[in-house]
Amino acid sequence: AMDTDLSSQDRKDLDKFIKFFALKTVQVIVQARLGEKICTRSSSSPTGSDWFNLAIKDIPEVTHEAKKALAGQLPAVGRSMCVEISLKTSEGDSMELEIWCLEMNEKCDKEIKVSYTVYNRLSLLLKSLLAITRVTPAYRLSRKQGHEYVILYRIYFGEVQLSGLGEGFQTVRVGTVGTPVGTITLSCAYRINLAFMSTRQFERTPPIMGIIIDHFVDRPYPSSSPMHPCNYRAGEDNGAVYPSAEDSQEVCTTSFSTSPPSQCVFTVTKAHFQTPPPVVTDTLKVPVMGLAFSHQLSSSHLSYQPAALGVGSADMGYPVLFAGGLNAAHPHQLIGPGKEGGVPPIPSQPAHGTQADQERMCTPLDGVHYSAATPSSSEDTETVSNSSEGKCGSPHDLLETIFIRKVGAFVNKPINQVTMANLDIPFAMFAPKNVELEDNDPMVNPPDSPETESPLQGSLHSEGSSGSSTGNTHDDFVMIDFKPAFSKDDILPMDLGTFYREFQNPPQLSSLSIDIGAQSMAEDLDSLPEKLAVHEKNVKEFDAFVETLQ
Amino acid sequence: SPHRTHRRAPPGAVPTMNCRAEVLEVSVEGRQVEEAMLAVLHTVLLHRSTGKFHYKKEGTYSIGTVGTQDVDCDFIDFAYVRVSSEELDRALRKAVGEFKDALRNSGSDGMGQISLEFYQKKKSRWPFSDECIPWELWTIKVNVVNLANEQERQICREKVGEKLCEKIINIVEVMNRHEYLPKMPTQSEVDNVFDTSLKDVQPYLYKISYQITDSLGTSVTTTMRRLIKDTLAL
Repeated sequence: AMDTDLSSQDRKDLDKFIKFFALKTVQVIVQARLGEKICTRSSSSPTGSDWFNLAIKDIPEVTHEAKKALAGQLPAVGRSMCVEISLKTSEGDSMELEIWCLEMNEKCDKEIKVSYTVYNRLSLLLKSLLAITRVTPAYRLSRKQGHEYVILYRIYFGEVQLSGLGEGFQTVRVGTVGTPVGTITLSCAYRINLAFMSTRQFERTPPIMGIIIDHFVDRPYPSSSPMHPCNYRAGEDNGAVYPSAEDSQEVCTTSFSTSPPSQCVFTVTKAHFQTPPPVVTDTLKVPVMGLAFSHQLSSSHLSYQPAALGVGSADMGYPVLFAGGLNAAHPHQLIGPGKEGGVPPIPSQPAHGTQADQERMCTPLDGVHYSAATPSSSEDTETVSNSSEGKCGSPHDLLETIFIRKVGAFVNKPINQVTMANLDIPFAMFAPKNVELEDNDPMVNPPDSPETESPLQGSLHSEGSSGSSTGNTHDDFVMIDFKPAFSKDDILPMDLGTFYREFQNPPQLSSLSIDIGAQSMAEDLDSLPEKLAVHEKNVKEFDAFVETLQ
Repeated sequence: SPHRTHRRAPPGAVPTMNCRAEVLEVSVEGRQVEEAMLAVLHTVLLHRSTGKFHYKKEGTYSIGTVGTQDVDCDFIDFAYVRVSSEELDRALRKAVGEFKDALRNSGSDGMGQISLEFYQKKKSRWPFSDECIPWELWTIKVNVVNLANEQERQICREKVGEKLCEKIINIVEVMNRHEYLPKMPTQSEVDNVFDTSLKDVQPYLYKISYQITDSLGTSVTTTMRRLIKDTLAL
């Protein structure tokens, strides 16, 4: 229609589309942070209730929270719907990772057809959202949640608050859809200083030692909306049932073939690492917040002071619960409430977590005991003590070591065998002081190898570059001193390790240098007849191929 | 992006010079080629597939539901979403597998490109054959690198994962421009716009082709049999 005013039917449709778009947006985002792979089925016969022709499951609690936040309103100028994704460690510290914003601006497209074009573009935008939710850093973090941390979500409506993301956060735009009443914009602002949280560190840690953290504390509802774990789900038999909808005819409640497990589960957390995990990555950005993180991490448990980070929002929310999210390496099951002894049931009222350590309880999971699977654990196997109060397990100082990520094979040793000769970590100057203890370790600082003379100077990555790295090591490589196997050799005066270091970076072959460019060009030309002969030899094959196409 | 007025193309009009082309480049290890290609192709096709149309009386139609699923890569630190359609996945894997084999067997320096083209068919009167008119062309240029040791491979896993994240963002940016899309067809025209051969989803008509660049810098074109047949068909 070319009317400047929207017909009332169009207006009603548009409002409905926007409302359900907002609800589906929240579902996609939260489901993408559950820590599980999502899978829904295509259906050729329209079921009539799949909004935007996409199979997106509706988790009732999530819809409930979204509707609560919207309180009957729609996104409008200055009133944005935001989904905040944050991370909460087993120690109770939390950090905002992302804010997904569904906003409306004033730019109107009066000519666009609501029931057709807007609808299809909203569908396209949801597909884009599905794609983009897998490429921000929080995705990989959320896939590995469950051991040291969980991922929480919070929905709010109103002004977008990005201050909790730290400095230098980045934004990605998912897309926009113009409508006669304004342009819908969907974007994500995400924290990038996740440097301390190498996702691989969590892969290597052994599974939880059967400890539960119980954050239950009854608290009156705070004024701002509570945080929820992304993968909290009420059990079917639990009674914590959310009304599926007031306008039940419109809400999609189709269940799809593969749904995530619905049992209630408890957090488990680990008391200590058994392998010092690498804590640094090659992230390039080094904002101030991140530095505070890493410094703390080096000297204590995986914890950091919220105050130092300016993380304002209080740690409130549901008990930190989460479902599986486990990879195949840790096939243990988490336990539902009331099914194993000693596990407190989930209250039907959502309770709120707390930062207070003293309110945690550690309860052993009966019958569940995990042993570390890592090779180096044999030296420091330490079973977690089932103490009932305070911090669980023995406070084995898991992060007293910094482990340079890029190490050679078979080097899975604590820090005193790692040289800091090349601090490749992004904020090396903030590396903990204890590395200086290594100065006297002959393994770390080998006695005078003839460093200045030889062209090699410690880089395995010469990559044929003509220059030798002159005294400072190559950026991509960290030199680890090691004792090569069978390195004792009485015949040569030097040991194999020194020999290897000496000669691993030989000078470039003269034939590869530019002076001989002309000569190699001639060689190339000489080789042409040979190449042509090869092609000619295969001409029958080419012909045969063409034959088959006739 | 600047405000665009949505304009309908006049009936019967088919764009001639309107094919937009996007080029993406990736450098990967040999064993990462398949997953990287699948990630990009599936992401594009996610945006370019709808549910199956069911036409009813009076020219109205209803649309089926498109399901989606997460795919984890084995050789890349990366995951992507694809349409839940085994047929579509098989078709892409077949094309990508041939591309990968061609890359490996060509003895080239490991450079090639794979293209995904969306087209419309325009029926012509006898004796002229139907035209295939492309409206969107995605080209992925691939450079295969050889790595010396496990350390480098680990770095490559991560770096390629990060690069693919950027590519996904690029693809989504293009999709968001809401530029030309074929008009929704009537029942008699639907096969000129969509591939209706799949049982659970309906992508726009597409074809995949690839080229390997051999070491002399010349381009040895290898195309899908179907593409050549289409071209030669009278």
